[in-house]
Amino acid sequence: MVINPDNYGLRLFVRYLVLCLIALIFIFPLVFMINSSFKPDSQLLADTSSLRAFLPVGDISLDNYFGAFQRAPVGLFVFNSVLVTGMTVVLSLLICSLAAFSFTFLRWKGRDVMLSIVIATLIIPFEIIAIPLLLLVSKLPWIGLNGLELGWLNTYRVQIIPWIADGLTIFLFVQYFKGLPGELIEASRVEGASWWQVYYRVVMPLSGPVLATAAILKFLVMYNQYLWPLIVVQQENHRPVMVGLGYFFQLNVAWGEVMAYLTLITVPVLIFYLFLQRAFIASIASTGVKG
Amino acid sequence: MAEVSFKGVKKSYGRVDVVKGVDIHINDGEFVVFIGPSGCGKSTLLRMIAGLEDITEGTLEIGGRVVNELQPKERGVAMVFQSYAIFPHMTVRENMAFGLTIAGASKPEKEQKVAEAARILQMEHLLDRRPSQLSGGQRQRVAIGRAITRKPAVFLFDEPLSNLDAALRMDMRMEIGRLRRQLGATMIYVTHDQVEAMTLADRIVVLKDGEVMQIGAPMELYHEPANRFVAGFLGAPSMNFLIVDILDLDGEAATVGNQSLEPIRVATRSRPFRKGGKAILGIRPQYLREAPSGKGMLHGTVALAERLGSETVVDLMLRDDRELIAAFDEDKIFEPGDALELIFDTALAHLFPEDG
Ligand SMILES: Nc1ncnc2c1ncn2[C@@H]1O[C@H](COP(=O)(O)OP(=O)(O)OP(=O)(O)O)[C@@H](O)[C@H]1O
Ligand SMILES: [Mg+2]
Repeated sequence: MVINPDNYGLRLFVRYLVLCLIALIFIFPLVFMINSSFKPDSQLLADTSSLRAFLPVGDISLDNYFGAFQRAPVGLFVFNSVLVTGMTVVLSLLICSLAAFSFTFLRWKGRDVMLSIVIATLIIPFEIIAIPLLLLVSKLPWIGLNGLELGWLNTYRVQIIPWIADGLTIFLFVQYFKGLPGELIEASRVEGASWWQVYYRVVMPLSGPVLATAAILKFLVMYNQYLWPLIVVQQENHRPVMVGLGYFFQLNVAWGEVMAYLTLITVPVLIFYLFLQRAFIASIASTGVKG
Repeated sequence: MAEVSFKGVKKSYGRVDVVKGVDIHINDGEFVVFIGPSGCGKSTLLRMIAGLEDITEGTLEIGGRVVNELQPKERGVAMVFQSYAIFPHMTVRENMAFGLTIAGASKPEKEQKVAEAARILQMEHLLDRRPSQLSGGQRQRVAIGRAITRKPAVFLFDEPLSNLDAALRMDMRMEIGRLRRQLGATMIYVTHDQVEAMTLADRIVVLKDGEVMQIGAPMELYHEPANRFVAGFLGAPSMNFLIVDILDLDGEAATVGNQSLEPIRVATRSRPFRKGGKAILGIRPQYLREAPSGKGMLHGTVALAERLGSETVVDLMLRDDRELIAAFDEDKIFEPGDALELIFDTALAHLFPEDG
């Protein structure tokens, strides 16, 4: 085949144009949010009928940000969410990868049936088990600093523990582990590694891509938690960001402040994403695992 | 002390028997090659020694100890895999030290043992590379290096050279031979390359469908194959088999012949034959020689001649329309259609029962 350079250039141009348009569509709401967070409500609403909505023009100030901090303990909410999300992501990667390791590499009675059950839980929507789970956690005991307590409501743990293990994450790990060359695992066994050593010396170091994927998915689920914390956390001190949004919709709604709040709570997501992207690329580069 | 012995070992996957009762005794320091067609259970046997595969029945002993229930790490064996199976996330040095790291060896000890292995394998300059920066042959060296740093009593190789090109395969074959003399450990080597088997082995185990066909020194198997399978499996081009009539039978020899073969006397090697029945006569292509017209034992016409320089391989059509391959160890010119008469030393021919 002969490649016509002009034609090729044109095709490339069109391709990039389409990609840029798609990117724009995705980025418009974000641009709108950030710009609006600097505008007073009157101008914000007026601008929505024109392209000015996407430009930082007019009466620009940080007033909405001060307002947002006055209306709600933004720092506390972000801290709560970051803590709950971070703990859950870390524990989830650990527990789910261990479970998947067992499902993939160890041989035990009932293993395959168990795995099918775990995967079957994927189709159960959370809303269905929310109430039974609420009843359960409201009665569960816990040994804390003050000795034995009953009930998990209004705590961080009630937002973390039920979300650590889930079918999707385990499934992701199982799929990835099955794709690892079996002879690597066997070689490490013959070299004397215990299963535990196989896990952390061979399998985990080769699992960069799936760790990143699972972490991103879990992060998004956890950072966007709304229904669950709404029903299990009644006090402000453990409340996460999405429930905190409710503070801005009481009586008079200040849209500028809503936008400022949304902008603020987006920051951890961006930091997390950039960090992971870097780790993700580094892990692929160093392991040489392709695909 | 590391003999390896299989005693009535069987392996089944569900209802499929892949190893059907195998008895093999391998001496300390011996180099034994398992050879056989694809799917005959060579890898399965090796993996049972390594502890990667359960043993369905029978016992397996390493160094006089029954190891059926032992974990791989308790068996004192090292294995080199066909796919190399070196860890992509570790440097060559870390790969070679893996077993020592697992065993909790000290840093100086690891350094010293890796250095020694690297010296033996001539790969000191590669120690800080990652596997992705190595060629196939170098990767295989790393895999062998990882196996030797721990100084195991038994080495297992599963077709270690099959992913290499022909030239490299020959280099590595010689290297393994040298390694073997340096280490003096028991080595069990799986291959389906008969050159590897013939050149490396003290003894060869020929397998077929999960059963041992014959165990013996390479030349023993070549000159005195126990059955038709072994006879046809070893040697290239492989042995000719002719269907012959048993014209006469006495004590240790039978007189056989057919349309294209003059009656000859061949030793029966105490195999059972019946006068008037059929038998299979095996003659290696290399043992056939050209005979002056009228003096030959075998009569045929040339169908195809391949000149390889050092030898000439001739494909003949016999009078009874069967094919015969003859290999002459010199460069000769034959034309298709030429009539050819051949003779051979009847002491070098083998007679097999029709069903064996
Ligand atoms: N997990 C399994 N389940 C069922 N059958 C199996 C399994 N593993 C191997 N087999 C069968 O066992 C037989 C022996 O396999 P094995 O790998 O030992 O053959 P091999 O002699 O090493 O062949 P090759 O030369 O192709 O490597 C094969 O017929 C194979 O199909
Ligand atoms: Mg095999």
